[in-house]
Amino acid sequence: MSAIATPVAGERLLGRTMRGVRSWLPALAVLVLGIGLWEGLVAALDVQRFLLPPPSDIVRTFWDDRDALWGAGWYTFKEALGGFVIGCSAAILVALVLARWRGLSSAIMPYAIAANAVPIIAFAPITNQWFGLLNPLSKMVIAAVLCFFPVLVNMLRGLTSVHPSSIELMRSYAAGEVEIFRRVRIPNSLPYLFSALKVASVLAMIGAVVGEYFGGTQEALGVQIRNSAALFAFETAWAAILVASILGICFYLAVALVERMTMTWHPSARAAE
Amino acid sequence: MTDAAAVSLRQLGKTFAAGEVTALQEIDLEIQPGEFISLIGPSGCGKSTLLRVIGDLIRPSTGEVVVNGKSAQQARRDGDYGIVFQDAVLYDWRTVARNIALPLEMKGWSAKRRDERVRELMELVELTGFEKRHPWELSGGMQQRVSIARALSFSPALLLMDEPFGALDEMTRERLNGELLRIWQETGCTVVFVTHSIAEAVFLSTRVVVMSPRPGRITQLIPIDLSQPRTWETREEPRFFELVTELREALHGGSGREPSLRAAAE
Repeated sequence: MSAIATPVAGERLLGRTMRGVRSWLPALAVLVLGIGLWEGLVAALDVQRFLLPPPSDIVRTFWDDRDALWGAGWYTFKEALGGFVIGCSAAILVALVLARWRGLSSAIMPYAIAANAVPIIAFAPITNQWFGLLNPLSKMVIAAVLCFFPVLVNMLRGLTSVHPSSIELMRSYAAGEVEIFRRVRIPNSLPYLFSALKVASVLAMIGAVVGEYFGGTQEALGVQIRNSAALFAFETAWAAILVASILGICFYLAVALVERMTMTWHPSARAAE
Repeated sequence: MTDAAAVSLRQLGKTFAAGEVTALQEIDLEIQPGEFISLIGPSGCGKSTLLRVIGDLIRPSTGEVVVNGKSAQQARRDGDYGIVFQDAVLYDWRTVARNIALPLEMKGWSAKRRDERVRELMELVELTGFEKRHPWELSGGMQQRVSIARALSFSPALLLMDEPFGALDEMTRERLNGELLRIWQETGCTVVFVTHSIAEAVFLSTRVVVMSPRPGRITQLIPIDLSQPRTWETREEPRFFELVTELREALHGGSGREPSLRAAAE
């Protein structure tokens, strides 16, 4: 295979790029069509501005208020990132402990799974009270708790769903528990961990923004969305939502990039080439 | 006498589920260095359990296991055996070369020694050129060859194999049988081989241990007196067919009776 590939490598790269562009074309067309339709319908049906502003107005506000919007976005993103780091680290640590002492796991996991079903966002007013309305920690805690459970459940599954022969093999080499974790369980858990981290990156952003709806500094994105909506400045609200979306997507892609770099060995990495 | 044996089992018994299931009963067996022993019997006869008891992966309930003149536990700690399972059990996150080098890493070999040893082993199992591939890029037969190379990496005196070719197609299995015999002769190790296949057991072994199920015990020891080295022609010798017949009869309850068939006919 590689023997044929070398002389035409340049052509192949070009071909792959073209194919990449072509595979994106339908999605791009839907985007352009959707925005065009939105713009057209808002004008044609004379929709009230506070119900749905046209995309052109949103983009104008997005550009005119860019400093304030991105400043607020960055503030909120830092809260989300802080919560993500705290929640995911705690979940990874707890998963390691529970995987090592399985008796503990059967005592604790039912509650963890039950807690996973609790709408944690509902606790936002309470954490605001506990840690202070203006303290970014009150939002980080919500984001952290949101991240904690999916990461815990997935990481634990990854650590424990190891082929029994894998463990027997390691025991035949007289490996202890630490070595079995280092060489088998942890590498085995990475694909599970990363799919949970991607979910957690989205949840962290949601946690931070919604936490801010219940109060926070004026420089936070969630507070700006709430206030501008209350003042009928819907273009600003939509532009702020756009900022939150862009940051959320970038966060997700950053985690996906780390995944690709960490797990070059994984079959999915090769298939996506 | 027992000190010279590669594996010595005395009055071995194993019960599971708090004594309700007897997996092994009154197993006595001496395996001499350099022998190729197959354990054969129907499913549930405890042959895989017996293999794991020898490897100290399962503790026996009664009796004694001596491997290379020491307790099975000590032998495992000293790395006296290599093991191959039905699944190749390769780690996807390691390349072929690094899968083979895993036990050497764990024994603290230097990178240079490891590389040299891996190169030798890749030649031994005829996989040179596949060092940088990942396990999931290989066929089942190739994966199992990697697994055998890994088991042999630290030159153990004893090789334990649990139906290593059970999941492979017949042609691949026969080719790997030939390769395994060549490796056995080159390394001079002792092999304990669990199988379901009568022809495979006859072709490979110097002795075949026939086991019966529930409780698992040894019903017969059949020496295989086919000449060495064994080749493709071995499978066509009249003596090969005689031994296959003898082993089949031993498996079906001794003197040519076929209890299950007769029961079905009645």
